[in-house]
Amino acid sequence: MASMMHDPMVLRQIIMDHYEYPRNHELSKDESYRQIHMASESCIDDIYVQAKIENGKIEDIRFDGVACTIATSSTSIMSELLKGKSMADADEIIHEYFQMIDGQSYNEELLEEAIAFQSVGKQANRIKCATIGWNAIKALMEEVRGLDGQ
Amino acid sequence: MLNIDKIRNDFPMLKQTMQNHPLVYFDNGATTLKPQSVIDAVTYYYTNLSTNAHRGDYDLSFQVDHEFESARQVVADFLHAQKDEIVFTSGASESLNLVAYGYGRKFLQEGDIVLTTEAEHASTILPWMRTCEETGAKLVYIPLDEEGRVTLDNVRKVMNKKVKIVALAQVTNVLGFEVPIKEICDMAHALGAIVVVDGAQSVPHMPIHVKQLDCDFLAFSAHKCCGPTGVGVLYGKYELLDKMDPFLLGGGSNARYDMCGSILMKNPPHKFESGTPAIEAVLGMKAALLYLSNIGMENIHRYEQELHQYIVEALEKMDNIILYNKNCEAGIITFNVKNVFAQDAATYFNSNGIAVRSGQHCAKLLLDRLDTSATIRASIYFYNTKEEADRFIEVCRTASMDTCLDVFF
Repeated sequence: MASMMHDPMVLRQIIMDHYEYPRNHELSKDESYRQIHMASESCIDDIYVQAKIENGKIEDIRFDGVACTIATSSTSIMSELLKGKSMADADEIIHEYFQMIDGQSYNEELLEEAIAFQSVGKQANRIKCATIGWNAIKALMEEVRGLDGQ
Repeated sequence: MLNIDKIRNDFPMLKQTMQNHPLVYFDNGATTLKPQSVIDAVTYYYTNLSTNAHRGDYDLSFQVDHEFESARQVVADFLHAQKDEIVFTSGASESLNLVAYGYGRKFLQEGDIVLTTEAEHASTILPWMRTCEETGAKLVYIPLDEEGRVTLDNVRKVMNKKVKIVALAQVTNVLGFEVPIKEICDMAHALGAIVVVDGAQSVPHMPIHVKQLDCDFLAFSAHKCCGPTGVGVLYGKYELLDKMDPFLLGGGSNARYDMCGSILMKNPPHKFESGTPAIEAVLGMKAALLYLSNIGMENIHRYEQELHQYIVEALEKMDNIILYNKNCEAGIITFNVKNVFAQDAATYFNSNGIAVRSGQHCAKLLLDRLDTSATIRASIYFYNTKEEADRFIEVCRTASMDTCLDVFF
């Protein structure tokens, strides 16, 4: 498994699969979800991300909108990876993801399918696509922490 | 015939590489590369002149005045206008805003109509949207035909005595269709309306004769015609410039004023030019327009049309390419790779050293008609070659979901 995850063909398949069949790709009308609109000023990506966060745990993540392959698949993978995690665990995974995007050392085990984006920095202008959903969940978690701190 | 090898030697940027390929710059609708003569004109000012215009009593300042005003004459000649009808602005966007705020806000009344089209750049639509809100005038869109063109028949359908202003591009920025400006001006003038032309995508590419077109205002940006960024032009018929208000005050645009609040403005075009202008950019624009004139706008236009036709004929035959404007008269190719999001395809072009633009191109209304949320726009200029076109065609041919994703590994 570990070696397969270094095969570009496999990584490409992961991205394709999440683009064609994005997971958690429907917004909830349940008011206990927090929602954030992520629209890039410089590109076309325009998505809504929702999270249901209770007692320090991410119960659910959902998203929808118009976005490119990289934005859609990276957000889909993020939603699967962080769903059901405690906020503390999510922090760690998010940290590792941004380490990887920045070209720093990172923990492959924690990132699972998200390592498909390890080389996205080769096309510098697409880093924002690979991080749009991840920045959304970060912002939603910060919102929750802000409320708890009040 | 253009001597392309000689021309290409004038452009330092054309020696660049991108992603280890020779740069193929096909994003000329966004901005254009600069010839050495323009770069030299800009550095000449800072190296040898450097002083302010219209401000000093000494030799250097006098020389700056002279150079600055001679640039105005060059622009006037380029458009076949009078020198005092040329206002320097920061670019086409500011020029179009100036007409909306300086003319529209002053003269529009409740119930008046401003006509525009669904194919316009935001810099035409948004200022008029705001001005209509403020004055109670109504913004009405001239419907486009199936292909996305502005036709005289459709203009006629919405033209009436309530129309006071018609604001539209001579060449639309997404699809590159040429609009029959002269005929529209005739129709508008017969009913007492004026016509404001966005020339951002036309002035760099074809001969422009504002007196023959008989348009009332025309705006363009220098950077889209080989000139510096941050400078552009508003041409206006003198009597209209005289009637309208500036939307900036101070900084040399007034002749005199007193503390009781009475201001005497300078005459056009100076009353619209507040503050120290981008002098080096104005001088760079002069060099750019002289460079283009030397090649000949007719030659440039013909060459671009030939190159465009060559590319379109190749793309038309490809099953993986959706082409939206095969009949366009300008050097604009608007397309998508089948089943690939525009941005992903643009990255594939980037990985092959080809600069194209993906996006909504500021014409969001139009994309609702094209039935796609985004397109790729390749836009050529006279320094692009058939060899570059072949590279572009080859990359189009190999573009697919798989190859577009391969660039990330």
